[in-house]
Amino acid sequence: MASQTVPTAPPRRLSNAYQNWYRFSRNPTAVIGAVIVILAILAAILAPWITPHPDHVGAVVNFRARHLPPSADYWFGTDNVGRDIFSRVVFGLRISLLLALVVLGIAVPVGTTLGLLAGYFGGWVEIVIMRLTDIALAIPPLVMALAVAAVLSPDLINSMLAIAALWWTWHTRLIYSITRQLRTQEFVEAAETLGASKFHILFREILPNCVSALAVKTSLDCGFVILVGASLSFLGLGIQPPTPDLGTMVASGSAFLPDYWWESVLPGCAILVVALGFNLLGDGLRDLFDVQEVR
Amino acid sequence: MTNILEIVRLTKLFPVRNGFGGKIGEVRAVDDVSFAIEKGKVYGLAGESGSGKSTIARMIMGLAGPTSGDILLDGHNITGETGSRAYGRKVQMVFQNPGSSLNPRRTVGQSIEVPLAAHGAPRTEHKQRVSELLEMVQLPADFASRFPHELSGGQKQRVAIARALAVAPQLLILDEPTSALDVSVQARVMDLLVDLGRQLGLTYLFISHDLSLMRNFADTVGVLYLGKIVETGPTASVFESPQHDYTRLLLASVPVISAEEEAMRPRIPLIDGEIPTAEQLIALRGGAAPVSQRTEK
Amino acid sequence: MSEALLSVRNLGVQFTTYGQTNQVLKGVSLDVPARSQIALVGESGSGKTVTMRAIMGLLRTPPARITGGEIFYDGRDLLTMPAKDRLKLRGTAMSMVFQDPMSSLNPVFTIADQMGTILKYADRRLGRSRGKKERMARVHEVLGQVRMRDPERVARSYPIMLSGGMRQRVLIAMALLSEPQLLIADEPGTALDVTTQAQILKLLKDLVEERGLALLMITHNLGVVRETSNYVYVMNKGVVVEHRPTAELFEAPRDDYTKALIAAVPRLTGGTSFGRAGAAA
Repeated sequence: MASQTVPTAPPRRLSNAYQNWYRFSRNPTAVIGAVIVILAILAAILAPWITPHPDHVGAVVNFRARHLPPSADYWFGTDNVGRDIFSRVVFGLRISLLLALVVLGIAVPVGTTLGLLAGYFGGWVEIVIMRLTDIALAIPPLVMALAVAAVLSPDLINSMLAIAALWWTWHTRLIYSITRQLRTQEFVEAAETLGASKFHILFREILPNCVSALAVKTSLDCGFVILVGASLSFLGLGIQPPTPDLGTMVASGSAFLPDYWWESVLPGCAILVVALGFNLLGDGLRDLFDVQEVR
Repeated sequence: MTNILEIVRLTKLFPVRNGFGGKIGEVRAVDDVSFAIEKGKVYGLAGESGSGKSTIARMIMGLAGPTSGDILLDGHNITGETGSRAYGRKVQMVFQNPGSSLNPRRTVGQSIEVPLAAHGAPRTEHKQRVSELLEMVQLPADFASRFPHELSGGQKQRVAIARALAVAPQLLILDEPTSALDVSVQARVMDLLVDLGRQLGLTYLFISHDLSLMRNFADTVGVLYLGKIVETGPTASVFESPQHDYTRLLLASVPVISAEEEAMRPRIPLIDGEIPTAEQLIALRGGAAPVSQRTEK
Repeated sequence: MSEALLSVRNLGVQFTTYGQTNQVLKGVSLDVPARSQIALVGESGSGKTVTMRAIMGLLRTPPARITGGEIFYDGRDLLTMPAKDRLKLRGTAMSMVFQDPMSSLNPVFTIADQMGTILKYADRRLGRSRGKKERMARVHEVLGQVRMRDPERVARSYPIMLSGGMRQRVLIAMALLSEPQLLIADEPGTALDVTTQAQILKLLKDLVEERGLALLMITHNLGVVRETSNYVYVMNKGVVVEHRPTAELFEAPRDDYTKALIAAVPRLTGGTSFGRAGAAA
């Protein structure tokens, strides 16, 4: 009799990590996305060592090698001053990824905290934060960046800050809606009755339940931020030459279309592939987490 | 013979609002409810959805403020003392659904540590206390590293009980603690609650719609209907000779498994071959002639 | 062997999740004769719901896979008949009363719309046809059969305008629409209050008796078994552990699991003692 009182664990207990890995590895979208993202990050970090012509990053001029088509020596061809486009694309990834990192590094913590506060406390806190969010949401990031560049000087830092100053709103909206649902859940009430602090409830009880949604949103956003950054550079508001940037390369290469198509098309493809990688990863993560939520 | 909890004329009104937020009326969720719980006893609140039983629990826990009335704990008036820590030590609650009362993203150990940290137990002792508490609810200590979804319903409810006991409360509010569980699991959880009650000298406020369970667990019972306690008394006498129509209807509705139980269920007059609702029954009793006379036969 | 209306023979079902295979039904057999009231009782994980879903053809494959056995309805094996024929039986010869009156009705259509649509498709499957007026007449008739005092008003209502008990009765009415011979009820009333549940069970029992239907009641509640059935199958861990006339089962259970299950039910008369004084740590 007494031995029955201790409920034993189910005999074949699968670890969480194994279950997650099992589902992840059987989700082609997520795997392809993850591979692209990891390769892009590695390439960006190791750029000086893996590129065939790392010196072509700067203001190098080699008129004898102008406008060469893709070949074994120059994989993506050369540009109008004879620099290796492949090397410059790989270095350009650094700027794109740095942009995503900085913008989201500011937007995610700010947006999440504001969303948690608005969703949990309600009342005037909610009114102030959410109306501010509504206002910020009404301004397109590109327009904001143009305005900032016009007032200050057109450079990368200003563009990043301009985008980050608006991007948090999306995270605020997301976290706000999740928190509002979780606020009335029994486990939150249980924590309240057990005397837990507001800080504990917000960051230890509610936040972990937002992580899956945040991961999906952030991954998708990386792709968007990279596109917005490329658009800014294309318009001449981003990084200034000669530092390689994918958007700038598309813009300068477009002057030589269609004869020297590789000068703009191949950097453009690089933007496309990286943005696609992040989007696939985000979609894959969503599928992964959806299953978990349903279970 | 001391009362640990006294509820005096507790009332909670919820405003009914129109589409523009204007108040167009009020709902009496809890209507002038008074009762007292003796130390070491089990008081049962029986009622269906909308009876106000959960609202009463929430008010005692400080999750909702009463419109009027007093809540006295150990003689001190704690009305409106929401979430205060000294108070949290004395009263704790076990929620109805163990699936949603444990945070799905936190381990069992982390959940049990919440009250320990909140009430200032030294961090170094947490691990030790968590395994003691798990042992108290008859779970192995290695459950501390598991997530709720890896546990069965009964195990989750044991964890919820351990968490509630972490601060050594005197009064435990049990809000339908076994309604989400299988009957054999329910029996084991009830065993645990009875044993813990004896060992720790706990007082229980047991809230349930399950009258068969109530009969075997509560010392005193109060029957709630539309926010009012319509009948109260020692459990055995309320069940054997129910005085109020609603109590009779509730008893008549319980599905039972033996002839003896069937014999003790009140006979309720049928209207059009249908069991009347409580409103009908009470309205009929109050005035209309034909059916209420049949009741009196 | 007597010719039963529904006969499940040695049914096996597997589920595959995360690459692991679980045999959830290990050769389940049960018979539902015409005009009989059968209960299938078990706790969570017993396989009663999987059995019910296999009968109704509601198992999702994958992750489920039927590994063996037959399900005969009126002498024809449901598992081997063409999908079209099987669809024809569903909702017309055998119907299902769902458990949750909140999620089983579509909130944006009136009861008349929803019942009318069901009737239209049932008619189409059976190659019948009737006009909209006749369909509405049938809807009102069935709502009257489930003891709705004002069927026209209920038919015009949206689900949100009805109480839980009324919605559950609408679900029963839906199951009765095309005059099935067999009703499969999945824990009806569990989501409702005790007093409402008692009404629903009484109504179901009356209807089944009045109209000469067979009832297969899927439940976890032994009280419900006693009140609604005259023959019972007890399931545990994918097998039927005991099956007998209901009255006999409660008087003298044979199987250990059944005994333990009955012993665990608290009695309204009292005397169920919880706790083992001093035994637990």
